Amino acid sequence: MPGYADPAALAAALAAAGYLADEGLAVAGFLALKLHRPVFLEGDAGVGKTAFASALAEATSLPLVRLQCYEGLDAAQALYDWDFPRQVLHLRAVEAAADGARTVEELEAGLYDRRFLVARPLLQAIEQAPCVLLIDEVDRADDEFEAYLLELLADAAVTIPELGRIVAAEPPLVVVTSNRTREVHDALKRRCLYHWVGHPTPEREAAILRARLPGVTERLAVQIADATARLRALDLIKPPGVAESIDWAAAIGALGADALTAEITSLTLGAVLKVRDDMERVRAATDAS
Amino acid sequence: MLLDLVAAVRAAGVPATPDRVQAMVRALDATGPDLLYWAARLTLCGSPDDIARFDAAFAGFTRDAEPRGTPWQLRRLPERALFRAESPRGEAVTGEPGLAVRAADAEVLRHRDLATLSAVERAEAMRLLALTAAVDPMRPGRRYRPWHRGRTDSRRTMRAMLRAAGEPRVPARRARRPRPRRLVLIADVSGSMAPYADALLRLGHALVQGRPRWTEVYTLGTRLTRVTPHLRALDVAAAVRAAGQAIPDWSGGTRLADTLTDFLRRYGHRGVARRAVVVVFSDGWERGDPAPLGEAAAHVRRLAHRLIWATPHAGRPGFAPTAGGLAAVLPHVDALVAGHSIAAIEELLREVSR
Repeated sequence: MPGYADPAALAAALAAAGYLADEGLAVAGFLALKLHRPVFLEGDAGVGKTAFASALAEATSLPLVRLQCYEGLDAAQALYDWDFPRQVLHLRAVEAAADGARTVEELEAGLYDRRFLVARPLLQAIEQAPCVLLIDEVDRADDEFEAYLLELLADAAVTIPELGRIVAAEPPLVVVTSNRTREVHDALKRRCLYHWVGHPTPEREAAILRARLPGVTERLAVQIADATARLRALDLIKPPGVAESIDWAAAIGALGADALTAEITSLTLGAVLKVRDDMERVRAATDAS
Repeated sequence: MLLDLVAAVRAAGVPATPDRVQAMVRALDATGPDLLYWAARLTLCGSPDDIARFDAAFAGFTRDAEPRGTPWQLRRLPERALFRAESPRGEAVTGEPGLAVRAADAEVLRHRDLATLSAVERAEAMRLLALTAAVDPMRPGRRYRPWHRGRTDSRRTMRAMLRAAGEPRVPARRARRPRPRRLVLIADVSGSMAPYADALLRLGHALVQGRPRWTEVYTLGTRLTRVTPHLRALDVAAAVRAAGQAIPDWSGGTRLADTLTDFLRRYGHRGVARRAVVVVFSDGWERGDPAPLGEAAAHVRRLAHRLIWATPHAGRPGFAPTAGGLAAVLPHVDALVAGHSIAAIEELLREVSR
């Protein structure tokens, strides 16, 4: 795992990977690397929480292991599972060989061997470490599931009753994201560095657009960043995130326009606003001005 | 010096536990003193609310610190409405409660009187607990369970066949495992609903006690307040008292459309209202244009599984939903029920369990 002298060095490495992190996020990433503490990122959809993990993996040239959380996710899908068909096959093979030399105890012990264990993302991350482990949208999983994460986040280890404790050679760099659809338990948060990812300033957003879409002119990037900032000030149901403004810039670029006119705005509004009520509200506001 | 900062942050209401403080010291060691703000914020805070409190404490701690901005979720309703009030803040609404049929958008900030429960109210609360015990709306989950009919469970069938040395067996079947459906109660505590507001909080308490993980209770008047955490207290009097203290607009004016939209933006749209049963308890008195209230109700309906509107007036003889707000929401609600008595609440709860 490469070391960085200070947060600014990490920010520069992230910028080289196409991600412009603000000071707080750079410090969070720096501390995560240095103290081996997971980062817990909360914020609106589309502000770049998931992108931060991929950029971190790219900047540190570590593999990225991703666990997408969903309702009903359990240990068998996130941690490990026993490969039942292979175990049965093994028993059959032993029976066919009929060497008779083995005792029942030996046979049973042989069934719970590492080779019959299917590693799911969390165990993969422990075994592959060093790596970047992204636990995405943890608020979508049931709250009981958070308990499975505690041992992993605190000790970088997984305990399998039949096999024992598997500890990572080097703790993986863990990034946990949440959209705050529910409050994540404090037991999980206090093991992490907590950072709220806000919307970027218009200047930073223009820079992000330029970095992500090299075809976009400076003038258009500034115009889009200003317009998006104004949209966010409108108290919309779904304020546009950075992902939406990048989509917007790409849509305008695809239409061959190089400036944000009223006509282009109304044609491409669907790229940045995804709720009909919001679109009507913005149309009314632009018509009035 | 660091301990002074920790003390200031704790005094501001951020739960900076000793392990968090240890993490802060280690982080500070790694970053150097120039990044004190970030080292402390990343380790001591645990939610956006914490960040706002932390920023306030930190600004007081270092005079030269510039404000770092507050996440937008923390912004309240536009402040203009606060100071446009025709009556001075804190003035009591005169007249008999229940007769205050004029909806007012003037915001009156006031807390509920710290009354204790009478014996009758306590008995009523016990009845509510008994009534709500049966309330448990379910929805089909994503995962399956063995069941006597439904799709064939190939894995279980296969295993049964293996046990029978490959002989065909009666196929095992599986069905979706039901999961609890979230219940959201939004109670209007404005002046016109004053006679019912206490009982509503007790109903909220009973529902939260029954299904603590699957019930959310909000109150609205001129502001939206989430009272679920307060209602988790076991004792009904203590819970209602705590909730009353958290509500800043008790018996004030009504801004139904604004507060319902606020609910959607801050909670509903992000997931609280999705496929939930949403019960709005309000008389629908809205001053001014009722159209925005209709739009907000339509939006709730699109997110939620069912939208049930309970209004105390529906229990009166000769009731017709003609009040501006009520007429506007009527096309979007799945059921309009009364809610003025225990019997009516029973009917409401039957509607919820459907």
